[in-house]
Amino acid sequence: MSTISTKPKSQGGFAGKLLKNQIFIPIAAMLLLLLFNLIVDPSFFKITMGLNSDGNPVLSGYLITILNNGSELAILAIGMTLVTAASGGQDISVGAAIAIAGSTLLRVLCGTNTRPDVLRTPVFVAFIVCCLVAMAFGAFNGALVAIFKIQPMVATLILYTAGRSIAAWINNNELPIISDPKFAYYGGFIPGIPVPTPFFIAVACVIVITLVLKFTNLGLYTQAVGINESSSRLNGLNPIFIKWLTFVVLGLCVAVAALIKVSRLSSINYSVIAKDIEMDAILAVALGGNALGGGKFNMAASIIGAFVIQMLTTTLFKFNVPSDALPAYKAVVVIVLVVISAPVFRDTMSGLAKKLGAAKNKGVA
Amino acid sequence: MSKIKDRFKDMTDTNLLLTITIVVFFLMYIGAVIFQGKGFLKPQTFFNILNANAALIILSCGMSIVMITGGIDISVGGVTALISMSCAVYLDYKGGNVGVSLLIALMIGVAYGLVQGFLVAYLDIQPFIVSLAGMFFARGMTTIVNTNPFNVENPAFVALKETRIVVPGMGSYNKLGKYVDAYVEIGVIVAIIVVILMFCVLRWTKLGRSFYAVGGNKQSALMLGINVKRTKFLSHLICSTLAGIGGYVYFLHVGSGAVTHAQGAEMNAIASSIIGGTMLTGGVGNIIGTFFGVLSLSTIQNIVSSAGLDQAWWTGITIAAMLCIFLVIQSVVMARKKSSVKK
Repeated sequence: MSTISTKPKSQGGFAGKLLKNQIFIPIAAMLLLLLFNLIVDPSFFKITMGLNSDGNPVLSGYLITILNNGSELAILAIGMTLVTAASGGQDISVGAAIAIAGSTLLRVLCGTNTRPDVLRTPVFVAFIVCCLVAMAFGAFNGALVAIFKIQPMVATLILYTAGRSIAAWINNNELPIISDPKFAYYGGFIPGIPVPTPFFIAVACVIVITLVLKFTNLGLYTQAVGINESSSRLNGLNPIFIKWLTFVVLGLCVAVAALIKVSRLSSINYSVIAKDIEMDAILAVALGGNALGGGKFNMAASIIGAFVIQMLTTTLFKFNVPSDALPAYKAVVVIVLVVISAPVFRDTMSGLAKKLGAAKNKGVA
Repeated sequence: MSKIKDRFKDMTDTNLLLTITIVVFFLMYIGAVIFQGKGFLKPQTFFNILNANAALIILSCGMSIVMITGGIDISVGGVTALISMSCAVYLDYKGGNVGVSLLIALMIGVAYGLVQGFLVAYLDIQPFIVSLAGMFFARGMTTIVNTNPFNVENPAFVALKETRIVVPGMGSYNKLGKYVDAYVEIGVIVAIIVVILMFCVLRWTKLGRSFYAVGGNKQSALMLGINVKRTKFLSHLICSTLAGIGGYVYFLHVGSGAVTHAQGAEMNAIASSIIGGTMLTGGVGNIIGTFFGVLSLSTIQNIVSSAGLDQAWWTGITIAAMLCIFLVIQSVVMARKKSSVKK
């Protein structure tokens, strides 16, 4: 897809530099949301220490909820950013893939017994299997995109349509429930640690991806392929492999997110688990100011974007918006954010500001 | 043989993919007749497929136009649900008349088209993001309008819903040996009119050609003096207006309002367009292909359900498998064609 790029005109001064920085967009959105909450209801910022049902001391409060629930979104945003940058498209099957990975996890843990008293295999082994399955599905998507040159959104439409059916099929359409309290640690709290575990998992993922981007050429190659596939091939890269690799990495992210999601419930609901999470993940990437048409990316901006999306969700829940009506409000906010960050809109605005400034100068002179 | 090869080479991408689609549809239908028994030979089975999918045909036409122009619109399913619910509430609680409800449907569609078209064309925002927000908005608004599903009992509307148009000479004998006329619903007539109209627009008007031009290569289109922004805007406007009409046809078929209506309709519309030979990269596609795409998709669904497989599981898997096969066929055919042209 070739786009007519309208580069923002260079603006001088500190404000201009700040505006041009990509990370500015999600942070500005976050500050706006925080400011809004501060004005309307400061109890948003209250964090209390209480005991949960197991008698462990845990932190609670809206900010903690955001960190907790935003974790799997942040993990997905990592993979989605890479896929977006390399292929210029998005994977819309992550929700369905989470259902598949979660279903696999439960199947390995429970076997054919849906109400096991003891787990059949250690969680670690089950997680490895779950990773392999999720990566295999990622590889399937990647192969369609990279080898058969199908547009990513269309290629992943296949898994999007079939994923939840496959997930149900893996467990014979039964809903296993795990009663082992240790399994709930991954999506809840480890006794003695008041911070929710998913946040630690997310932090671990962020550290891993930071190290990978720092010490390998993955980031550079991904961007090169995204910006111009043919010229990166002429420079000795293998665009097919790199595109495919990003989808496999996304598969790994999906597996981690699935572990958290399934652990939260200690069970699974095939049609509801991770519903619409693909939309949130794509929004996180878009809010991070990354071009959805591929090319350059900023991982930090995406991850912050994920938490901003979650903050928006939590804020809306706080104002007693019913969960079914939530999308309508979210849509309005998203449109406003996207319009503000649109280059055309920003150009027009800065043009207006310049005109105003000129008029003022004239008045002074 | 070489003549056929030459013809194959000379075909435009659009016609090539269209041919594949039509051939596959007929093969599939013949396969259904052979393996599933004579049920599929009855004209009424075919008409039932049309009756159930009239709305999808209209939605897919709009989707194809946007996709030919190089965009995408995933809000059509949400718009359909919103229209069903709004019209249902208006007709039953306010006791309104049918004409005004149709007007409401159209207005919702046009409003969607204006806003989305403006954002995509003039503010240069990704169509995927815009229509994603549009879908969220429509689904959310549907719940805000009303949460509980209910059937419309407005007499004028029910009369319209029950109207059957008899197709002469296509009837068949039922088990008791009684002759039953074959029929289609009003929605099918609307759908066929839309298909013909859009086919003409795409093939013979300046606007239709500029859709292809903009989708094929934006820069070249710009240099040819086509107003790219206006063309993009109009493609979204047409798509959403058709979503308005399609939404009303859907409403006419189901006769109820519910939040869960038209779930996944946008994906079915995209899938139909792709099976029909429209490429998401833009510039390639045909409305007749889309029409056959919808038919192929729903024939598969019919085969699955009449084979006695568990609907909820298997429909998803078979549609996905079919989509996969079609995409791979398209990609292979296009690649081979490209290399043969190069030689």
